[in-house]
Amino acid sequence: MSAVTARPSADASGAVPQISQRISPVVTVRNGLQLTWRSVLKIKANPEEVFGLMLQPVMFVTLFVFVFGQAMMGDWQTYRDFLMPGIIAQSVIFATMGTGFSLSQDVEKGIFDRFRSLPIARSAPLIGAILGDLVRYAITVVMVLLVGLAIGFRPEGGFLGVLAAAALVLLFAFALCWMSAFVGMLARTPMAVQSFAMILLFPLTFGSSAFVAPDDMPGWLAPIAANNPVTHVVDAMRALMLGGDVAGPVFWTLVWAVIITAIFFPLAVWAYRRRT
Amino acid sequence: MTDAIRAEGLVKEFKGKRALDGVDLTARTGAVLGVLGPNGSGKTTTVRILSTLLRPDGGYATVGGFDVVRRPHEVRRQIGLTGQYAAVDAELTGTQNLVLIARLLGFGRAQARTRAAELLERFGLDDAGDRQAKTYSGGMRRRLDLAASLVGRPALLYLDEPTTGLDPHSRNGLWAVVRDLVGDGVTVLLTTQYLEEADQLADDIMVLDHGRVISKGTPEELKNQAGDQVLELRTVDSGQLPLATKIIEAVTSTPVTTDGLVANVPVTDAAVLPEVVRRLDEQGVTVGELSLRKPSLDEVFLALTGHTAEDADSDDHEGARS
Repeated sequence: MSAVTARPSADASGAVPQISQRISPVVTVRNGLQLTWRSVLKIKANPEEVFGLMLQPVMFVTLFVFVFGQAMMGDWQTYRDFLMPGIIAQSVIFATMGTGFSLSQDVEKGIFDRFRSLPIARSAPLIGAILGDLVRYAITVVMVLLVGLAIGFRPEGGFLGVLAAAALVLLFAFALCWMSAFVGMLARTPMAVQSFAMILLFPLTFGSSAFVAPDDMPGWLAPIAANNPVTHVVDAMRALMLGGDVAGPVFWTLVWAVIITAIFFPLAVWAYRRRT
Repeated sequence: MTDAIRAEGLVKEFKGKRALDGVDLTARTGAVLGVLGPNGSGKTTTVRILSTLLRPDGGYATVGGFDVVRRPHEVRRQIGLTGQYAAVDAELTGTQNLVLIARLLGFGRAQARTRAAELLERFGLDDAGDRQAKTYSGGMRRRLDLAASLVGRPALLYLDEPTTGLDPHSRNGLWAVVRDLVGDGVTVLLTTQYLEEADQLADDIMVLDHGRVISKGTPEELKNQAGDQVLELRTVDSGQLPLATKIIEAVTSTPVTTDGLVANVPVTDAAVLPEVVRRLDEQGVTVGELSLRKPSLDEVFLALTGHTAEDADSDDHEGARS
């Protein structure tokens, strides 16, 4: 994806030098960063987005901790500590939906046509959208953590543990956002992306160890939940933040991140090239 | 004079349906080529191929001497594209939209701001530069979109139905801008559904129908084929319409079309009007309404193809976008 390569046309009779077609990796990165700036500007300029980014974490954390806490674990403080890594993961995973949504919107509105008619790297709009979304995910992590801190969450892993957990979930989100991008480029409308992503992401996050330990689930569900990639992410974050076995879940999280990326990165790029 | 665009035998199919069926096209450097046709005739598909957004299934095209399939990057260096939908970021301000394009084109930070300011002023948007584009009126958005396509000072500008959906005032403003650009030596390819627009702006016109070129020439030549104006007549008593039709046919020696209530006939010489009125009066036909108007695209189509401009609806865009 680092160069715009001219493919031979159907009637290509001879080889045409394509050296001038190439866009250097430096320019590709520069174009990608310029379009990242666009994504970040769009987040700032959209009050609903800012509102959602700020308020959703407050709502989710307080609701889950105070509504379910006592029933789940006897007192809300214990559940708060159990829940925090899970709810960070859930928030970020849900945020990946936005990637496909905004890509789909850009295609629908013809904005990608404008970019594609410019002499810039062809992959730049995709890079810009994805990097811009990583910024959004990072804001989400920070916001949820702040709400947690405000209601007394004091992770034993300390600053470094929290940082490592945040990095891990962002890496996983980075892998997932290719899936979102793929769905976004396939679906005909942004709304279709949203409903499809909901159907996919709800079971993925709630059917994991994010809110309830898989051991407490019915026999048929427990093994599914235990092997859900999100469970590995949440378990790894829990271990990093609160203590426990780190190596296993971190290993599996990385494996899943690689698998998801290996499947959906090429698919997303394929769908992107097809659509644009 | 060299040709800015040359295309031969362009073919494009969408799901087995031919959107373009062997389109030949030349745009003279520094001139305005108007591509006229109804929805679904292949206008947008043509523009998308010539702007490297779509690959043709057959035929070839060069823009500024570069093949659109083999040298898309060089083609993109020369063109500006303004689509049917204003492709600007609604959440970004006018200035931000233009600065972004300028930066992508390699302008430095300060240069980009200067260029944005220049363009905003030129398009009468200098007061709106710091406002989000979503607060703009339809006409302002189109102007911003046009400004965005001009950031890199393209030698060639594609305008795909630039005034569709605009009110007459905004439309006139956009026309003035296009004339201005042509004055600067920019080559323009304009697609439109409006004969009047092509007539106002284009030096050459080609008419598309069902993916084929059905007519080419200057606006003058085209109108000669379709009649300069249309005489429209309604009689107070519709029973008198057949008689009136006969009279008009006798005066204009052109077949008259009628739907039972209104008679229409293309006329090239407005001088027939008094003669028609005099004879109708002589024969005692009471005229309810009599007017001369510009022919509609439908009538041009009827004259050129023998059928009216069927509205193939949005097939063109649906297909072109997927």
